[in-house]
Amino acid sequence: MNVPRAPVRGLLRQTRRCYSGAPSPSARLNLPIDYKTTPLLHHTPSSLSGIPEFPAAATSKRLNLFQAINSALRTALSTSDKVLLFGEDVAFGGVFRCSMDLQTEFGSDRVFNTPLSEQGIAGFAIGAAAEGMKPVAEIQFADYVFPAFDQIVNEAAKFRYREGASGINVGGLVLRMPCGAVGHGALYHSQSPEALFAHIPGLRVVVPRSPAQAKGLLLSSIFECNDPVVFMEPKILYRAAVEHVPNEYYTIPLSKAEVIKPGKDLTIVSYGQPLYLCSAAISAIEKTMKGVNIELIDLRTIYPWDRQTVLDSVRKTGRAVVVHESMINYGVGAEVSSTIQEGAFLRLEAPVKRVAGWSVHTGLSYEQFILPDVARIYDAIKQTLEY
Amino acid sequence: MLFRSVARQAAPLRRSAFAPLARRSVTTDAASSHAENIPQEDDKPFTVRLSDESFETYELDPPPYTLETTKKELKQMYYDMVSIRRMEMAADRLYKEKKIRGFCHLSTGQEAVAVGIEHAINRADKVITAYRCHGFALMRGGTVRSIIGELLGRREGIAYGKGGSMHMFAENFYGGNGIVGAQVPVGAGLAFAQQYTEQPNTSIILYGDGASNQGQVFEAFNMAKLWNLPALFGCENNKYGMGTSASRSSALTEYYKRGQYIPGLKVNGMDVLATKAAVQYGKDYAVSGKGPLVFEYVTYRYGGHSMSDPGTTYRSREEIQRMRSTNDPIAGLKQKMLEWGVTSEEELKSIDKSARSHVDEEVATAEAMAVPDNTSRILFEDIYVRGSEPRWMRGRTVDETFYY
Repeated sequence: MNVPRAPVRGLLRQTRRCYSGAPSPSARLNLPIDYKTTPLLHHTPSSLSGIPEFPAAATSKRLNLFQAINSALRTALSTSDKVLLFGEDVAFGGVFRCSMDLQTEFGSDRVFNTPLSEQGIAGFAIGAAAEGMKPVAEIQFADYVFPAFDQIVNEAAKFRYREGASGINVGGLVLRMPCGAVGHGALYHSQSPEALFAHIPGLRVVVPRSPAQAKGLLLSSIFECNDPVVFMEPKILYRAAVEHVPNEYYTIPLSKAEVIKPGKDLTIVSYGQPLYLCSAAISAIEKTMKGVNIELIDLRTIYPWDRQTVLDSVRKTGRAVVVHESMINYGVGAEVSSTIQEGAFLRLEAPVKRVAGWSVHTGLSYEQFILPDVARIYDAIKQTLEY
Repeated sequence: MLFRSVARQAAPLRRSAFAPLARRSVTTDAASSHAENIPQEDDKPFTVRLSDESFETYELDPPPYTLETTKKELKQMYYDMVSIRRMEMAADRLYKEKKIRGFCHLSTGQEAVAVGIEHAINRADKVITAYRCHGFALMRGGTVRSIIGELLGRREGIAYGKGGSMHMFAENFYGGNGIVGAQVPVGAGLAFAQQYTEQPNTSIILYGDGASNQGQVFEAFNMAKLWNLPALFGCENNKYGMGTSASRSSALTEYYKRGQYIPGLKVNGMDVLATKAAVQYGKDYAVSGKGPLVFEYVTYRYGGHSMSDPGTTYRSREEIQRMRSTNDPIAGLKQKMLEWGVTSEEELKSIDKSARSHVDEEVATAEAMAVPDNTSRILFEDIYVRGSEPRWMRGRTVDETFYY
């Protein structure tokens, strides 16, 4: 038990240490995100009600992201015996505790450890899915997914395209993987390869922003989506983001973006953890520039993505900024901004700006320099408004 | 007995002819079995004695050296092998006429493997293989017209003409996989699902001697043994991974020992009867809960690796000619059927004729299939569940955008 646990503790303890990321005393914008007050999380059960995606009259519980994933997996395993859960160290709860106690509850024939073989895990999951199972396979870190890339791109994504009339598909397949930076993940524990998967037709790529979103999107990926899903969980949120999550089964539709905060002057499009940075930047700019009102959109599904919601918004506001943590080159921002340019060109008052990770690898202590931060987003908003 | 001793003497002679090649101790003689007292009735079982050089084992008791069969089954096996050969020859011709484009990998010479396996399993067992898949697709229930139609890129092809040579699915046949070795862990997953749902079936997972060095093959072995899956891994060793001979690519060319902790069985893959006996034995073994096996089907491809490989630069013409004339699976079975009096020369000719004319008719039907409509719908369908696609998908430019 201690072995898989150690790296988690190490990671999280060290994020709190924040050696290179400690805000300077004069910082105004790049302050640590206060997850206890951010408007993006449901801090009270009452804010859940009235949102159509959540079950009416739901009972709820305050959960962090890994607990919400755990709750979704437990719900899934008890909903259908076709659901299987496997991956490296999953039986012990996984390095991020997402599968805690699930083997005890559902048995070792449904929740089990695999060898360290990502390619094998993915292919194995595809085979099981091809026979109608609903395998939820965990890749321990998104950085480890590349040996499985062939299976995902050449086998899973193309399955439906090449099966003719046989009706065989791998729609039950969900590949979960923790992604994103935590402060010092360095080269192999901080990557967000969603753009690589979003390049591949046939896959659905999902990145949730919060515990309640994660549960609904994960259940939707397992039960309602009949295409293979790559489900990427921003690992910094596993413990940091805590909110009220409905206890019941519920789903949030894939390929549907959400307008988190309506506005009229500029649209910010983002997903995952940077949404918290965007939210902080928005409240700062709305304080300094009186009367300005910014719209914030969470893509939720990176591919196939909800172009309509984004285009409707930009046609209304005339200005757009796209924010993501992964590298800017050939990234999600390129696709989104190019789509905006194609679909709302005559309504644009300013060029679409991208704020994203630099096109460099993540050196151990350089994260704060290369990832989007509140100040950069603030600046992008300001430049776009004043263009 | 007299005949048997003759066969025994003949075998070493034949083997000595392979002296310059990598040593393969299992015989590749396609006509090494023996039977007598053949019943009159077509469907009355009788026993065939296989050559004692049909198998080699690794940490495993050998399968019985006898096989129950019927005249009817032998005729069907013969028909099936002739059909595959005829279909592959048609593909060869159509390719050379530039009607089939792209990649095309023929299994001429390897027919006994696909046919032997199919006759040992039932329709509920699963088969997954690599890109040399035409024969398996046919054996699993694909029609000649749908297979040739697929090669020609027609809508009536087995995968709507979108896959071509390497991608053919049928019921309980999971392809047809173009990436070397990628089908092996997928096959382990198939076997797991069978175990999980308590089906009394096995998964036949095939790959070549070249693919046997892919890392994921070993990953799949490990999982299969760890979880005791009803998986029959099978290396179709045709001696050459593309243009590289087995001994130049593999540190251990005894592929049936590659599972290390998984028992192995090397089979004369030129003899359809030995193949059937081995797979039947393997299926019983796997289904009874004893776990996976690693097979090695010793076989030979007459043609090149693919249509763009003449197949003569890395082996001698004499070697190919020798295999064709002395070890051919179809000629071997034919010889035995005549020797045993299973059929007459005339009946055999009529089986030959009906197999060939059926394939020829089907090929003609495939050739007559219309070229697909020039609409982008065909390209964009089946990426996602029909009806649930995103509103549109991108072409190269905005005006090529396809709206579902």
